[in-house]
Parts: sequence; structure tokens; C-alpha cells
Amino acid sequence: MTLGKPMSSRHLVLALFLAVASAPEAWADARGQAKEQVEFGIQVAQRGLWKEAIYRWERAAQLDPTYAAAFNNLAVAYEHEGQLSKAREAYEKALALEPNNALVRQNYDLFKEINDRAAQKDGR
Amino acid sequence: MTARLRKTGASLPAGGREKPTLSLRRRSLASLSLALLAVATACTSYTEIPIETPIQPKLDTSAFQRIFIAGFIAGANDDVDANMETVRLLRSQLRNKGIMRVIDADTLPLMELAKQNGAEPNAPPVPDQQAVVPPQEQDKAPVINDEKDLEQYQHIFANVAYWKRIGEEYQQPLIVTGAVLFAPQQRSGFVQREQESYDPFGRRVVVPVRTYMERKGFVLRPTFIFIDGRTGETLHTETFREEILYNASQQTPALSSYFELMDRLLPAFLNTLSAQKIKGTRTLLK
Repeated sequence: MTLGKPMSSRHLVLALFLAVASAPEAWADARGQAKEQVEFGIQVAQRGLWKEAIYRWERAAQLDPTYAAAFNNLAVAYEHEGQLSKAREAYEKALALEPNNALVRQNYDLFKEINDRAAQKDGR
Repeated sequence: MTARLRKTGASLPAGGREKPTLSLRRRSLASLSLALLAVATACTSYTEIPIETPIQPKLDTSAFQRIFIAGFIAGANDDVDANMETVRLLRSQLRNKGIMRVIDADTLPLMELAKQNGAEPNAPPVPDQQAVVPPQEQDKAPVINDEKDLEQYQHIFANVAYWKRIGEEYQQPLIVTGAVLFAPQQRSGFVQREQESYDPFGRRVVVPVRTYMERKGFVLRPTFIFIDGRTGETLHTETFREEILYNASQQTPALSSYFELMDRLLPAFLNTLSAQKIKGTRTLLK
């Protein structure tokens, strides 16, 4: 019991050190995997397989919730599928992550034009 | 040289010597970050992709198999019969798009009916849809120049019994009626135009220039009323406004202006009845 206490604190420190040391590596790994998903999503979207693209970009956003491109692409796909409220959410998330990204902003502005028209029609 | 430099350095306030160094450092940092930004932008790989956004129809028309463009209360232009032109245009558009079966029947004499029932808005409809118009009034076209003139006819659209009877006659279709105001307009004032010029270096420059212009054109203000042929109740009402202005010296036929304006609002009209796809381009990022 007396030996156990210092051992456990030593283990704790070690675990903490390992966690801190491996964090950037894990992050890079997650970003790498997310990037793969994003790129694959683009390929399938270009072939018109938008549902598959959505799956890939949702996966990418899960793997790396700070990856603005994943949210931007997801928003485009939702827009194409007519899921306008989901598209808005995804665009807003992408812009929150990268507020100065002109390409995301341009997509969002174009989306808003359509969304506003649809909203007018709904009497909202 | 060194002495001069030292002297200059000595005359600077405290820390003055470091200022140029700092500013240089800042400048180089700024240029570096600018360069990095440029590189980052250049390196941001993106792909443009065409998309089609579906917009759901405003009205659920699943209960209707047929549609009857019943006619419109119209006026304000002698050159264009806005009622007949709108009926023809909407019927042909609906046929082309395959949106329900379009009933090909005579339009209803709405103005006469409205006038006749004007005193009693909820009066029962006239038998066999034909309004009894006094002979002396038959040739006299009513003047409708603005929304106020239209008001006296509006009650016909709320005559549920009348529309229900029309519905029964045409196998309970979706009835489209309303009012179309197509009027000439004239406007003068300052207009901002872009003027092309060349600077001393021969480069093309576009400068906004404000010029006074007298313009004339047309305004189109249709109100489409969608009536349930089973009940006679109004399901949906939609009003649009489009206008076009030309240089006063330009002679543009009223009919071509009418079609140009209708062209602009037709997608919105059709979208009330069926889903539309809006084409566009978006950017996918890597």
C-alpha cells in the first residue's frame, strides 16, 4: 500500500506526459484521416454520388471538428440535396472555424440568396 | 561617416535608434505574413462543382390532377390584353412543364361578374357563368390604372360559392385566377452608369457617372390566386412586381416588355406548383 501510492502518481505523471507528447501526433493523424475522407468525398461528388460524399464529409467532420473544409463541403452537399437548414448550419460552422476564408464566404452568400427565396415562399 | 551616423543617432530621442530597426522588423514581418497568406491562398486547393438546389413547391397540389387558368382582372394598357396574354402564357408554360393537366376552356368574364355582384359580394353566382351585362356597357372597357381601381373587383375572388360551382363544372381542378396590372410608367432623374475611359498609361478604366435621364417603360404587378376547386376556398395568394425602364427615345413594343417582365417571374409562379431546381456553382475545399 505504501509503495502503491508513489507508483500510481508516477504512472499518472507518465500517462499525462505521454498524452501531452502524443497529442500533436494524434491531431495530425486525425487531420490526415479527415483529409483523406474529404478528398474521397470530392471525387465521389464529382461523379454525382452526393449521398456518399455526405457520408465521407460527415466522417471527416467527426474525425477533425476543426476542419473547415469538411464543413464547407458538407454544406454544399446538403444544399444540393435540398437540406437547407443543415446546409446553413454547416456553412456557419465552417465560417466560425475560418472567418476569413473568402471561398467559404462566397459559397455561403450564394446559398443565402437561394435560402432567402425559399424562406420567402414559405412565408417565413 | 561613422561620426555623422553617431551624431544623428545621438540626436534621436531615447530609443530612437531602435525605432527604424523595429519598423523594419515589423515591415519584414508584415511582408512575410503577406507572402505566407498569398502562398496559403495559392496552395488552398479547391474544386468548383455545379450543383442543383431543389426548392420545394409552396402548394401541395397532390390532390389535384387538373388545373384551370380561369382568367384575370386586368387593365391599364391598350396595347396588351394582359388577361388573355397571361392566360395563354401560363397555360403553355404549365403544359410544357407537364405540371398537371391543363384545362383548355374559355376564360371567365370576371370583371362583368364582379361588377354585377358588386353590390352584394356574397351574392350567388350568375347561372351558366355568363354575366348579364347591359348592352350599352358591353363595348365600354373599364378603366383600371392602379391597385385602387382593382379593389372594386377583388370581392369576386372571395365568392366561395361561385368558385365551388366552377370547380364542380371542371371536375374539381386547382383554379388559378387573380389580377394583372400592366401599366406604362415614366420616370426621370439621375441614373448611375459605368463609363469606360483610358488613363494616361493607356489602361482601361470604368468610372461610375451620374447622368440625368428621362426614362419610360412598364410595370407589371400580377396577383395570382390559387383556389381549391373542391371547396371554392382560396389556398394561396402571391403578388409579384417587376418593372422595366428604357431610355425615353427608345421605342419598345408593350407586348415585348410584357413578355420580358413575365419571363422574370414565371419561375417563381411555377415553383408555387412544382419543385424547381436552381442551378449554381460552389467551391469544394480540400
